[in-house]
Amino acid sequence: MASSNTLLLIGGTSDIGRATALRYAEAGWRILLAARNEKEARRNAEDIAARTGVEVTTYSLDILQTDRFENFLDGLPHLPDTAVCVVGELGDQVRGQSDPAHATLLLRTNFEGPVLLLGAIAERFLARGSGTIVGVSSVAGDRGRASNYLYGAGKAGFTAFLSGLRNRLSPKGLRVITVKPGFVRTQMTAGMRLPPLLTAEPNEVGRAIFDAAEKSRKDIVYVRRIWHPVMMVIGGLPEGIFKRLRL
Amino acid sequence: MTELTGWGRYPRHPSEVLNPTTPVAVPPLMTAQTGLVARGNGRAYGDAAIGETVTLSTRSLDRIRAFDLSTGRIRVEAGVLLADLLPVVVPQGFFPPVVPGTKFVTMGGMAAADVHGKNHHKDGGFGDHIESLVLALPDGSTVTCSRDRNRELLLATLGGMGLTGTILEVTFRLRQIETGWMRQKVTAAANLDDALRLLQDSGAVTYSVAWIDCLARGISLGRSLIFAAEHATLQDLERLRPGTDPFPSPRLGRLSVPVDFPSFALNRFTVSTFNELYFRAGAMKAGYPHLVHWDPYFFPLDGIGSWNRIYGRRGFLQHQCVIPTERARHVLGTILERVSHRGTGSFLAVLKQMGPSQGDLSFPLKGFTLTLDLPVTEDAFSLLDAVDRSVVESGGRLYLAKDARQSPATFEAGYPGLSRFRDIRRSIGAAGRISSRLSTRLGI
Repeated sequence: MASSNTLLLIGGTSDIGRATALRYAEAGWRILLAARNEKEARRNAEDIAARTGVEVTTYSLDILQTDRFENFLDGLPHLPDTAVCVVGELGDQVRGQSDPAHATLLLRTNFEGPVLLLGAIAERFLARGSGTIVGVSSVAGDRGRASNYLYGAGKAGFTAFLSGLRNRLSPKGLRVITVKPGFVRTQMTAGMRLPPLLTAEPNEVGRAIFDAAEKSRKDIVYVRRIWHPVMMVIGGLPEGIFKRLRL
Repeated sequence: MTELTGWGRYPRHPSEVLNPTTPVAVPPLMTAQTGLVARGNGRAYGDAAIGETVTLSTRSLDRIRAFDLSTGRIRVEAGVLLADLLPVVVPQGFFPPVVPGTKFVTMGGMAAADVHGKNHHKDGGFGDHIESLVLALPDGSTVTCSRDRNRELLLATLGGMGLTGTILEVTFRLRQIETGWMRQKVTAAANLDDALRLLQDSGAVTYSVAWIDCLARGISLGRSLIFAAEHATLQDLERLRPGTDPFPSPRLGRLSVPVDFPSFALNRFTVSTFNELYFRAGAMKAGYPHLVHWDPYFFPLDGIGSWNRIYGRRGFLQHQCVIPTERARHVLGTILERVSHRGTGSFLAVLKQMGPSQGDLSFPLKGFTLTLDLPVTEDAFSLLDAVDRSVVESGGRLYLAKDARQSPATFEAGYPGLSRFRDIRRSIGAAGRISSRLSTRLGI
């Protein structure tokens, strides 16, 4: 069980972030939790430490303050072995349609911030010659839908970034993993009516991330396998039909 | 609006449900809302955790904040489930000082109901082991209560059913265990006298409880099995089952009751068969100490998911009273006679010894407690009203965590700490602001 590896978890107050960090801690990994609200992140850090006995430290990090990323990485005790980014903001699609500030927030939170941060980490991993990067993207990025296309567009860009980064880094022996959780029962989806078969619990996502990154050689992970055929069908629909669906 | 019920599925009341995701979100809700009460995992049987207008779910306050392996002290948020805590502490050689009959309860709920376990006669209730708790008051402030600080508020909150504020955090000490096994001895008791004597004689044993065959009548009235147990030591393991893993993995696989049973399923025949089988199975092992996993020992019914559905859609009433020792034989005999005559008897009848308790509205007192389940029917209410009269005459009382139907008079007669509790509610501004269906029904 014991391991001297270190995980950097970006988005340490999210339910998926908490579950992922806990799964790594159960395997003995040391955890660095980064979040905008460090006080809330500390709640999760204490919980993970109490449950597993591993060392968990917290860092303040705002995904929108892109000019601070290098400073943030310099301030870590050491470069982590694996970095997982679970940052995401579903926001309000309707509001974003007429409020450019909100639309900008969604695009920057789901795309610009994660891309620039993981990009900076990738350069450091490359310099060291090792490291695994996990980006939690979304099935919403596979095909834009009326109900959440600003979020989806950000995630689509993020997915493309991860794909390109993987293409560049894998010959060097570094891994980049794209995770598309599908529906997950979290604070982000609280109050929504979600189809039970397609909806994962946060700890399922945490396990899937750990297994993909540390046990298997998978590049793209759908947490519940059923999402793979579902997205094949949705992705394969002719645009003439798709555009008339209410999704 | 959501329709809420307790575990007994009676009564049903609409309520708005709020779900704060962090403790700091609770105090603003306390000032903004009126007619609210906190709710943990909804395992109180009646209407204790249904807010008059708003119900504040603590289920997202589920972090363990600190666990000191050198002292066994643990600090948890109110919404941590006992089922979630056990796999964390047991492999480290610790066990909660008190556990109720189900592990699907929250730590906040355990404090609010000052729950008791099979060790109450020896170790007291959960509240007796709480070092401190953090409480969000109606005025939006947050206070820490302990034996030294805000002691009155602590004693009102233990057993206070959430009516002094919302419990945010609980700190208590775990007990040390050498193994995750229980060394159990089952003894058959021929009747009520026998059962009471055996329970009293096993007063030095940490855990003891009697399961009563409710349908036995006449000279067999109160026929029961006494389950007495200790946490098994490594030596016990070596002696009883050499080579056993001291910390067995949590029990796997569970039965479930997927649909509501029709109400007629629980007639005299099925109950009688159940009891007879239970009695025989237990009697075979009688006398010999044997090892039992902690999970089925403490939480036998948790192995059957949604067992509350066995009583059908109308739900059921659980009735738990405590009778002072000197009147116990007489009053418990009267109650059992009433129940055994009814035929559609109690599925569960559990008897155990209790010691005193500290909280103003804590349930336990020195005596014996009897727990009955009855499906909701017209005559169940009149039967229990008659039972309540005997309870009141004996100086006993009913457990609020189980209650869905007692009268204000029964309640007031049983809880002499009520006036102090009301004073404290007034002094912190809780009266009229923090209210559950139970508190309104009983005029608390």
